[in-house]
Amino acid sequence: MSISLSIIYLIATVAFILGLKKLGHPATAKNGNLIAASGMALAIAATIFIHDLQIPTSVYILIGLALLLGAAIGGWMAVKVKMTKMPELVSLFNGFGGASAALIGLVEFSKNVGDKMQGTTIVSGIIIGAITFSGSLIAWGKLNGSIKSVVAIPRYNTINNIFILAIIAFAVFTVSTGTSNQAIIFGLLGAGLVYGILFVLPIGGADMPVVISLLNSLTGIAAAITGILYSNMVMLVGGILVGSAGIILTIAMCKGMNRTLGAVIFGAFGGTDTAAGADKRLGTIKKTNPSDAAIMMNYANNVIIVPGYGLAVAQAQHVIHELEELLTEKGVDVKYAIHPVAGRMPGHMNVLLAESNVDYSLLVEMEDINSHFKNTDVVLVVGANDVVNPAAHNDPSSPIYGMPILDAENAKHIIVNKRTMNAGYAGIENELFYNSKTVMLFGDAKDALADLVSELKNM
Amino acid sequence: MNGLIQFISDNLQIIYILILAIFVGVEVIKNIPAVLHTPLMSGANALSGVVVIGAILVMLQSDPDDYFALALGFIGVVLGIINVVGGFAVTGRMLQMFKKKN
Repeated sequence: MSISLSIIYLIATVAFILGLKKLGHPATAKNGNLIAASGMALAIAATIFIHDLQIPTSVYILIGLALLLGAAIGGWMAVKVKMTKMPELVSLFNGFGGASAALIGLVEFSKNVGDKMQGTTIVSGIIIGAITFSGSLIAWGKLNGSIKSVVAIPRYNTINNIFILAIIAFAVFTVSTGTSNQAIIFGLLGAGLVYGILFVLPIGGADMPVVISLLNSLTGIAAAITGILYSNMVMLVGGILVGSAGIILTIAMCKGMNRTLGAVIFGAFGGTDTAAGADKRLGTIKKTNPSDAAIMMNYANNVIIVPGYGLAVAQAQHVIHELEELLTEKGVDVKYAIHPVAGRMPGHMNVLLAESNVDYSLLVEMEDINSHFKNTDVVLVVGANDVVNPAAHNDPSSPIYGMPILDAENAKHIIVNKRTMNAGYAGIENELFYNSKTVMLFGDAKDALADLVSELKNM
Repeated sequence: MNGLIQFISDNLQIIYILILAIFVGVEVIKNIPAVLHTPLMSGANALSGVVVIGAILVMLQSDPDDYFALALGFIGVVLGIINVVGGFAVTGRMLQMFKKKN
């Protein structure tokens, strides 16, 4: 490798680290993204032009075509996507990265027969790439609703775990024999693809943030493995950065949902017994109407809004911002309480609210806002359910027992907007709705909030 | 056992870089406010598209008559660069929306 190429890769690597670091702070995030992107552009350009190989023009043209085609598709998708669809898109992009890693492995396999070190990296690159590709596609399908079924096969996890162990054993065997048989490598590719499907298929929609984060991390690892294969430092460091950052985010998500990482990968995932406590009589609910709810908020000193994914489904992000501005004009102190797993990927709710121009300093994280609920006059819960369910604190038989929640029940008054009395995503009854301080405002989030806004305007 | 020692001594540099990079990744991401989780994930996702460099190398190193390698490399480059360009573009679009009003 020429020294100029090495130096450019070094600069690109530093740009990746710096960019990722800056992405972590609201004030510098935009720059961070630009720095990382420039590093990437630099590394790609240098790879194409700095080498001592004799490359026929036709290959250059092909590479150029591939780059233009992919950049056009990727750019077009990024511009077109709606913010509520962001998790699907990230999933899809992630799958493409994984597929790329698997394809590289397929080509390199025949060129490196007999070399155990290279064989190991190639085979693991193919398997991990294949798992992330098919897993991400399933995640994409589940998120956009085209794949619905949650298969219920007994001992599903056991079968899955045996399958992945068998894949690993077969991969080790393949590498140790140093075979040059292409059929074997296609078999491993196929097995990886099947495992990716089996792994993601049974996972419930509420657990998707963890899965997306985990798959993202795996793609990073696949890229790093490919970096080892080519002794390419920029790929190695870039991939590992994504891999370890992704694991950290995954663990953060697990904590938000009270699951361990081990339980995510090998355990009963999304298949907990949801019947517990379902038929308990929890008392009666009190209904309210938009005008009474508006009066409550109008005369409150402070209001905390708890938004859930139901808000985004109803496309009510804009009207809730209108409500917040109106209340602020009337001298009410308004904040949003954001649960770590609100939305369909980590931090998704923040993006959705930012899209409707909500000032991000009004979005308060769970740990910071929980102690404030007891001094809050009114909490407005919109399209959220499990994240405010007190059963997480006081019902050891509940599937969500131990999950960190927003302590909305401590507020003086609670208004809950829901379409119907159906249970939440996890299928659990919510005693908050039966609390004597709670009133229910039934209706579609967008319509109900619009009614609240017009009532407030007339006051 | 000897094989393992041989492996470590042959690849010492890579192993060092690997371990240091893991720590850098963890340290860089620690204590990120939840408001930035989604942009961060999609930015990291774009970075994992660095694998496109491998796909480019596949195309550069393959024989011009090796259509199998060229075709797979071509698809690899297309998919990888979708990951890169799409990832950075969508991250930029999201960050554009975060603003603080005074």
